[in-house]
Amino acid sequence: MNNVMALSGVVIIEMYRRKDFYVLFVMTALITLILGSMRFFDDDMIVRYLKEVCLLLIWISSLVIAISTTARQIPAERESRTIFPLLAKPVSRAQLIAGKFFGCWLACGLALIVFYLFFGVITASREHAWPMASYFQAISMHWIALGIVIALVLFGSVVFTAPSSNATICFIIVIGLMFVGGHLNKMALVPGMSGKIIYAIYYMIPHLEWYDLRDRIIHDWGRVPWGAWAGAILYGILYSGFLLGAAWAVFRRKTLTV
Amino acid sequence: MLGPLNTVVEINDLRVVFPSRELRGEAKLAVDGLNLQVRAGEVFGFLGPNGAGKTTTMNVLLGFVNASSGSASIFGVDVRQPIARQRIGYLPELTYYYKFLNTEELLRFYSRIFRIPPAEREKRIDAVLKLVELESARKRLIKTYSKGMQQRVGLAQALINNPDLLILDEPTSGLDPLGRMKVREIIQRLKEQGKTVFFSSHELGEVETVCDRVAILHQGKLRVEGRVDDLIQQYQCNLEHIFLKVVGGQPQF
Repeated sequence: MNNVMALSGVVIIEMYRRKDFYVLFVMTALITLILGSMRFFDDDMIVRYLKEVCLLLIWISSLVIAISTTARQIPAERESRTIFPLLAKPVSRAQLIAGKFFGCWLACGLALIVFYLFFGVITASREHAWPMASYFQAISMHWIALGIVIALVLFGSVVFTAPSSNATICFIIVIGLMFVGGHLNKMALVPGMSGKIIYAIYYMIPHLEWYDLRDRIIHDWGRVPWGAWAGAILYGILYSGFLLGAAWAVFRRKTLTV
Repeated sequence: MLGPLNTVVEINDLRVVFPSRELRGEAKLAVDGLNLQVRAGEVFGFLGPNGAGKTTTMNVLLGFVNASSGSASIFGVDVRQPIARQRIGYLPELTYYYKFLNTEELLRFYSRIFRIPPAEREKRIDAVLKLVELESARKRLIKTYSKGMQQRVGLAQALINNPDLLILDEPTSGLDPLGRMKVREIIQRLKEQGKTVFFSSHELGEVETVCDRVAILHQGKLRVEGRVDDLIQQYQCNLEHIFLKVVGGQPQF
């Protein structure tokens, strides 16, 4: 665990010394504040649109941070050869994968806290309410979803050598999972073999759409049952573990030539 | 007579084959049946022309490359176990470190990996920075360093755990004469402290000066191995000429 935490620390330092997070946060804050300063059609419920835009920007920003930070970890270490002095020390490849995962996941968690605090302050200034349970569930589910995405990108980074191709492929997969993943079971209603194949895919892919609680916050639908929340968290942890295991299985026998 | 307990590095019948990346291409035999022993406290020069298999052998010792057959151990521990690398320091030929860290942060990170207790950690960092003369630049980001300074960062990270075995891959390559002299001095000092140094180099004059024993590798096979003095006496010429004879080049007189 000592090595994993040491490796995570370096990933976190890297994130706060790069500009990505600051740019995305400033962009989200500016767009939200500009929208918040306007009044459209004298509609008192306009705050819902404000919440929707702000949450959408938070989701996009967090996915950009998670994918771009994770995609470059192992390929960039190989490209810049920093992996050699590192693996020449008593660090196993499993610890390297775990350290990179925890570093990216913790860094994204810190970024999420900043984003949601901003969202909470903006919303509270308009609605004078702070539904703590709903916010807690939204942040925790969002963080777990990012865990799955980070594990997926790490798996991609041991398969694809270039960080840019890995990031692009992972972006497309994640967007596809979020938009199509939840509808595959309806598409699987077609009769015949294709229906069965679509069903099989539906059960195999990670269901990132479960973790998107934006509508519940925007429309004040209240929190989800705690049992469903715990089930989704467990599913997310297991799925991330499976992807990390697959990344380790590919990476452990990989030849690294100086 | 040195017993097996004094053996620091042991390589037995090592064979490394790299499969071809092309569909019908030929596999490349990088190391072929290598047997080698490096004993405690000696400076061992690992020589050979480019492509001879030196770096591949070092990569096996460091766990970057898996052996196709045979075995290798460091301090009696199979090199595939990460713990085998607990007592070693490694300096790669080209030094690259995290550009977003400064030297102090880099050394702190590596010393955490070696589980050096925090109180001792800072003392070790101060000591190695003093040794490589980087004390005044310890807070500067590594990306702002010159090549020579980056090489010294490499030496500092290789020494942070006070290793019993140092593996140096062409440590003086690309350094100016002053830098080379500094590296030679450090190797000599480590030798006096009873450390084992295993290094590859193309600077044969330098090898002759600092090494106790050498091995010459050519086309993946071990061609010559022995004490430097004995080899010079046996071949009646200096190490450079022995090297050229072994690898098939013409010695120039």
